[in-house]
Amino acid sequence: MRMFNEALCRRTLLKRAGIAGLSLLSSSALADDAIDLWLPGGVGTRAMTTAFPDKGRMILQRTRPPLLETPFETFDNDIFTPNQLFYVRWHWSNIPSNIDADAFRLTVHGHVNTNVVLSLRDLLAMPAVDLVAVNQCSGNSRGFFQPRVPGGQWSNGSMGNARWTGVRLKDVLDRAGVKSGAVAVRFNGLDEQVLPDGPDFMKSLAIDHARDGEVMIAYAMNGQQLPLLNGFPLRLVVPGWYATYWVKMLNDIEVLDGPDESFWTKSAYLIPDTPGATMTPGETGVKMVPINRMVPRSFVTNLAAGARVTAGAPLELRGIAFGGDTGVKNVDVSLDRGATWLAASLGADAGKYSFRRWQLSVTPSRGDQAIMIRCTNSEGKTQPAEANWNPSGFMRNVIEITNFVAA
Amino acid sequence: MARLIVRAGLALLCVAATLPAAEAANTIRTFKSVDVDLPFGDRMFPDGPGSDAINNNCLACHSAGMVLNQPPLPRTTWQSEVTKMRAVYKAPISDEDAASIVDYLTRIKGAN
Repeated sequence: MRMFNEALCRRTLLKRAGIAGLSLLSSSALADDAIDLWLPGGVGTRAMTTAFPDKGRMILQRTRPPLLETPFETFDNDIFTPNQLFYVRWHWSNIPSNIDADAFRLTVHGHVNTNVVLSLRDLLAMPAVDLVAVNQCSGNSRGFFQPRVPGGQWSNGSMGNARWTGVRLKDVLDRAGVKSGAVAVRFNGLDEQVLPDGPDFMKSLAIDHARDGEVMIAYAMNGQQLPLLNGFPLRLVVPGWYATYWVKMLNDIEVLDGPDESFWTKSAYLIPDTPGATMTPGETGVKMVPINRMVPRSFVTNLAAGARVTAGAPLELRGIAFGGDTGVKNVDVSLDRGATWLAASLGADAGKYSFRRWQLSVTPSRGDQAIMIRCTNSEGKTQPAEANWNPSGFMRNVIEITNFVAA
Repeated sequence: MARLIVRAGLALLCVAATLPAAEAANTIRTFKSVDVDLPFGDRMFPDGPGSDAINNNCLACHSAGMVLNQPPLPRTTWQSEVTKMRAVYKAPISDEDAASIVDYLTRIKGAN
């Protein structure tokens, strides 16, 4: 609820400051109960909903199983995304709606010396770690693909940044004792397939990745237990990797002595094995591989598309950036379609997997304007000028362009 | 505008105040059991040829909104979506109903 009050305060502040009205921050809301996401080719109107437990006002992409998008103005308030506004995505609708914290157990089994069964109390007794990390759906921004592709028609809000607290996956695996010859570790949650023969949602990581000391099992998100819809009581955190690996309601860890041949790891969430995960619509024979590391992205958060601002007056722009699988090195802004770039100043560094604030004061001249934002990560990888395309709508990270008018 | 700048400065200060500690501050001591209700979404597909087939076969797994929020897509894409639901997710859809569903989707959500 804190968020809504803050938004209110900001609007009041803007009104008092007397700048170009509310257009700077105006969302694309059609009415209180709907929003237009301005997806190319239409069908972009979505209902807003407050019907989901422990969730605030979310964009309703699908009721069952839930797909709830974070309203984009949330990202203007803080680099941390509040739990009640954090996006939600489930694969199957058999989601337990009742979980007893005392009875819950996490089991580790498979290619290990000893099977281990841990309660939440057991996990609290282990060394705690915390980490700030972006969790982003593989298909974030899918609705902007052209030609359009089937799937959850997200705008840019199927992502969020949180402080995750929990235990190292490595520590849990060590308690079971991984046998030599282990190849992968598979993660399963309490959610189940609706159709008996359908594939249960599970994901795997290579054994070395699982034991890298960074992958963790989180029991807290922004200092609180996870909302059920974000995976209460435990969620795998795979820093720098797409959210499909961040298994929710994690209750089963299986160490495998061979590659995971099950559907969700081997055959789903595949991207073209090409730079930028891009291919031509209709192209065949492209080698496909499981999606993995995230790539840099950046957004302006206080300038809505089509906003009107005062020409010749300073315009304080701000937004967020993240480096993908490593930190943000710089964020650059262009007001001349990419001919020249201005370096934005960066906010505090909450860790290399976190969102990072950027801000820049510009003075737009009269007329139609466009702002481009470009993040370069600390390994030198930068956002592309041209959008990628693949049939699943994964890994979009093109340089964002926001059109506005200075008058 | 001056106030805006002040506010941006404050926002950055707030961020700095919540920087990660060297050691995890374990704020959680106990967990509260959870018992909630999840909305079902009882909207039906609009009436028309094939609406019975799509209502009877598709709503067991997902609400209609998922489909109604899709953009116009070519018939071949709808065909492969229905095939995926049957082959991968094991939806028990008859050949006859599958054909009706593809026709229905192409009619309400078709593209060239």
